[in-house]
Amino acid sequence: MTINNIWVFAQGANGVATTGTLELLTKARSLSSKVTAFVGGDASGFAASLGEHGATKVYATGDLAGKLPGVALSTAMKVIIDGGDSPDVIMFPQNYEGRDTMARLSVKLNRTVLTNNIDLADSTDGVVATTPVFGGNILVATAFSGPGPHLVSFRPKSFVAESASGGAPEIVAVAVPELGTQGGARVVATHAEQTTGPKLDEAAIVVSGGRGLGEAANYSLIEDLAKLLKGAPGASRAIVDAGWVPYSYQVGQTGKVVKPSVYIAAGISGATQHMVGMKGSKSIIAINKDKEAPIFGIADLGIVGDVHKVLPKLIEALKARS
Amino acid sequence: MNIIVCVKQIPDPASPGALDASTHALKREGKLILDESDAYGVEMALQLVATAGGGEVNIISMAPNGETSGMRTALAMGAAKGLLVSDPALAGSDALTTAKVLAASVTKLGGADLIITGTESSDGYTGTVPEQIAEVLGLPSVTFAKKVKIEGSVLKVDRQSESGYDEVECTLPAVISVTAGVVEPRYPSFKGIMDAKKKPLDVVTASDLAVTPTGWAAAGQKIVNVTQAEARKAGEVIEDDGEAFGKIVAFLENLKLI
Repeated sequence: MTINNIWVFAQGANGVATTGTLELLTKARSLSSKVTAFVGGDASGFAASLGEHGATKVYATGDLAGKLPGVALSTAMKVIIDGGDSPDVIMFPQNYEGRDTMARLSVKLNRTVLTNNIDLADSTDGVVATTPVFGGNILVATAFSGPGPHLVSFRPKSFVAESASGGAPEIVAVAVPELGTQGGARVVATHAEQTTGPKLDEAAIVVSGGRGLGEAANYSLIEDLAKLLKGAPGASRAIVDAGWVPYSYQVGQTGKVVKPSVYIAAGISGATQHMVGMKGSKSIIAINKDKEAPIFGIADLGIVGDVHKVLPKLIEALKARS
Repeated sequence: MNIIVCVKQIPDPASPGALDASTHALKREGKLILDESDAYGVEMALQLVATAGGGEVNIISMAPNGETSGMRTALAMGAAKGLLVSDPALAGSDALTTAKVLAASVTKLGGADLIITGTESSDGYTGTVPEQIAEVLGLPSVTFAKKVKIEGSVLKVDRQSESGYDEVECTLPAVISVTAGVVEPRYPSFKGIMDAKKKPLDVVTASDLAVTPTGWAAAGQKIVNVTQAEARKAGEVIEDDGEAFGKIVAFLENLKLI
């Protein structure tokens, strides 16, 4: 099929379009001349940026007033689709709001979903999405076989955001209809964790710790090293599940995807779930006492040793230089 | 307080996964175990029912080959009964069909005050089923719950967000998905394991639930190609002789990062 009309589930934070949104728009405009950004919120601060990255039209719902995005946005989308603007493809980011909205919409439209993808193509097989499995060692290409709209979500950093010379998009206000019983959930308060230094998914250097640190108190070694390198501290799922650090530190399939210049994995064996989130790093340094650890299979520099000995010496050496 | 927990029985994650050569689907042969990420939901349900002072926890699952060993684990933890939907016609079902089957299973059990799922399975991780179940049942939902309590008829959830967490209040009945680590799942006791063997566990087909299986042919998706990704090569691996930190310093210097 030929894609003539693509929607991108677009998000902003603090009046700026998220990088993930701009990545999806960049890909969308390579597949279709008609690209619509659907914003669940107020788009006035960043509509121009959406246009520069390829959106020709912006649907914006305005503030959701505590409604959870999944049910509110899927209901609003369904109204537009039933009204005649039915896209061939809707691209979602693989995150909380994107996933919830796509799932609700799939039931409303009776359409399948393809999640966790890294690429999309318009080919003789139809609309084909590519997803990595088994830690990214195998790529599976899946074609949508039924009618559109095709619902497909993408992992962060699947595409590189590039601005084009797109003009100001047409902005269309969208009302969120009455949600009834399904809209029974409300956000009553929001809590943001205090962070200093660069964001985990944007830092040039990421230092992550895992179970090999032995106990929660030793995570300070990771924080000290990250600070000295002006990087961000990260974590494996194991120590997040164990409660040593908050979920926002997690790198992997169910956490953040990072692609820094250097990724330092300390006391992390390299479970598939972790490797998916960091194997795109330009360089990888691993420290682990088990020389059979899978992480050494993808590390550019592997140190078979005790993190409790290597990290303090490394920190001392770096301090001595500064 | 009656709670239904949706669980998935998956191949042991410790053994390497493989794709079937003809269908390209994930192989799910042999013994299946309770997905570890569902043990949190079972534990959460048991605790909420205990706090409410009455009611029961029931387990539903869908599996192609009548496999119940993972569900028995949940019954051994303390769940009252189980309903398994097992039908060869369901092999190859997409997440939407799975959600329709699980929603019909909830209805077959007479509904519940709360339906709990994991956030995503450890083997397929599509991650849309919880929200799809809620939509099929016409219920509100709160995904990625990391703390849950019930006050009267109001569900209070701390929901994970990109930057921290949101406090969410929700009417019941509702569907929630719970994150790993939300509670510490109990180990089944010996008595629990023995009792679980006698607990009711019904096995039904898709037609018993009046759900039309889509199967391979009509799942709305078709795998067209499977390729090997470009592999990342291993670099230098050295044993720490007490001076290996110097190698890291040199590596970072070489990249002009320090």
